[in-house]
Amino acid sequence: MPQSILSEMRAKIGSLIVIAVIVGASAAAFAYTAGWLTPGRLTPVKVVDALAPPGGPALGHRRNHAKGICFTGAFQSNGAGASLSTATAFAAGHYPVIGRFNLAIASPDAADVTARVRGMGLQIATPNGQVWRSAMITAPIFPVSTPQDFYDLLRASGSKDPNAMKTFVAANPEFGNFVQWATTAPWTSSYAEDRFNSLDSFIFVDGSGQHQVVRWSLIPIASLVPISPGDLAKRGPNYLESEIADRVGKAPQSWTLAVTVANAGDQTDDPSKAWPADRRTIAVGTLVVQQVEPEANGPCRDINFDPTVLPAGMMTSNDPFPAARSAAYAVSYDRRTAEAADYPRTATGGTP
Amino acid sequence: MTVARQRFTVLQRALHWLMAVCILAMLFIGVGMVSTLTPKYLTLVQIHKPLGIAILVLALIRLGVRLRDGAPALPSDLPEPMKLAAHLSHYIFYALMIVMPLLGWAMLSAASYPVVLFGSWHLPSILPLNDGLHTLLWNAHHYLAFVFFALILLHLAAALFHALVRRDGVFATMAPISMRKVK
Ligand code: HEM
Ligand code: HEM
Ligand code: HEM
Repeated sequence: MPQSILSEMRAKIGSLIVIAVIVGASAAAFAYTAGWLTPGRLTPVKVVDALAPPGGPALGHRRNHAKGICFTGAFQSNGAGASLSTATAFAAGHYPVIGRFNLAIASPDAADVTARVRGMGLQIATPNGQVWRSAMITAPIFPVSTPQDFYDLLRASGSKDPNAMKTFVAANPEFGNFVQWATTAPWTSSYAEDRFNSLDSFIFVDGSGQHQVVRWSLIPIASLVPISPGDLAKRGPNYLESEIADRVGKAPQSWTLAVTVANAGDQTDDPSKAWPADRRTIAVGTLVVQQVEPEANGPCRDINFDPTVLPAGMMTSNDPFPAARSAAYAVSYDRRTAEAADYPRTATGGTP
Repeated sequence: MTVARQRFTVLQRALHWLMAVCILAMLFIGVGMVSTLTPKYLTLVQIHKPLGIAILVLALIRLGVRLRDGAPALPSDLPEPMKLAAHLSHYIFYALMIVMPLLGWAMLSAASYPVVLFGSWHLPSILPLNDGLHTLLWNAHHYLAFVFFALILLHLAAALFHALVRRDGVFATMAPISMRKVK
């Protein structure tokens, strides 16, 4: 073969190798970004998988807080919140609400008494299209400090290794505070008597652009009548849902929305740490629950109460949970809405 | 629609390279955001939505420019199947550049998420809340994203093949700066 053809072939092969390397490197960078090359990365899918009970997840249902019932009503804003945030929900007025009372448990069929923690999903919409969503729980503190710790807790509590929980508790001393609450705080026999806490902190932005770090709670107007877990169990596995439906059927039930402002130096990045009780707290309005509907056909079923869905005037803070929750709730939402066939829409007495 | 011109117009080249950067960024942001639980997730989502809508706007402008300005002819010695592949892939690119953002927007609408772009600036919902629609659109957005990336890799390989192996001037038609034709 003449020299020139040979060298031209060499150049072409060289070029083909260059092309293969460039294309291969691009594909590898994509795979790396997607996490396919780093199986150790904590992904939303992993956390959601870890929430599943031993028998697998309940298809068509939320992957956590699976048992719940929808409500609608109004947020009656008293205008006081406007000093903290420009969110339109804080301008005095009445705004429509969709929400969901729920139990912090991954099975929709669990008996009420098996869930120590209860929750509320809440959406407040204002006429200008702004939406504020929140998902709050009855515990006054979260069991763990970081999303990674939450995953470790799920792994430890689902583990067959008898020492797994012991190891977890040793490594996460804040968990003890949660256990302390869980074992000493009174139980109630009604969602209407429960207090629901955001736990996570958020930033409110006022009219002058000033930032305040806040947490909020819904404080029940109904007074608390304590009940022992044993007595609650005797009322039946689904007592809470029928109770709240009856109660709201007789009269609307209300909660005060109280916003607590952090002082400089308060721990704003860790929902397992309560702020001192003397922090400035402002009552910004009243949540009035006017109607309760079964979830199967209710307006809350296909809502994702993602705590990062915030109106203008509110932002996430340095608390790492809302981001993690948003990512995980999206996975749960994508899965459950794709499983509609497994959750008949007319079940459990819902109106078709 | 092909005209006897050596290169794509300046506007076409500018749009091509600007959009190439944006689309690659979108694909990486997309797969990166859905695989992390860290606060980066929110930052990436907050870029993904407005950038995706910007791509929709640019794609519509680009389609108009392409219909107006046309494209230089491919080399006459290029085998027919390769010409067909080139033309077909360009049609698919235009379709994806327009459909992907619409799917993202529609998917969020069908899940009743507010489609917030910046601060209080948000897009209207284009579909009612519907679980079946959401699933359909989510699957389309998800799988077409991978089709998009695979096609870009092919397109990249083809462009480099033209530039380095065939040296037929095709790369120069789209090159951001004028290249002396090497042949
Ligand atoms: C990294 C930590 C967490 C993970 C992975 C997680 C996971 C989940 C998931 C997957 C759902 C179902 C979402 C859906 O399908 O719509 C859910 C619902 C819920 N979560 Fe969390 N969660 C976390 C932290 C928290 C915290 C800190 C709170 C409370 C302050 C909370 C309160 C709730 C409530 C109330 C619901 C039910 C909302 C509804 O009614 O739709 N979660 N959680
Ligand atoms: C990342 C996303 C990309 C997209 C969506 C894309 C899309 C397109 C489209 C639709 C055309 C047809 C011309 C038009 O009407 O605009 C084109 C042509 C071209 N592209 Fe890209 N491109 C991308 C990236 C790249 C890259 C990375 C390269 C090179 C390394 C490249 C090189 C070229 C060349 C050389 C042409 C002209 C060749 C021809 O007409 O067949 N493109 N591209
Ligand atoms: C050129 C345009 C776009 C491209 C190339 C693109 C690409 C992607 C990719 C690669 C993913 C990750 C898919 C996965 O691994 O599951 C993704 C997810 C997503 N995209 Fe886009 N996207 C585009 C436009 C948009 C727009 C305009 C919106 C909304 C306004 C949007 C909303 C979303 C959402 C919400 C997700 C997460 C879905 C979930 O898992 O729940 N995208 N996108």
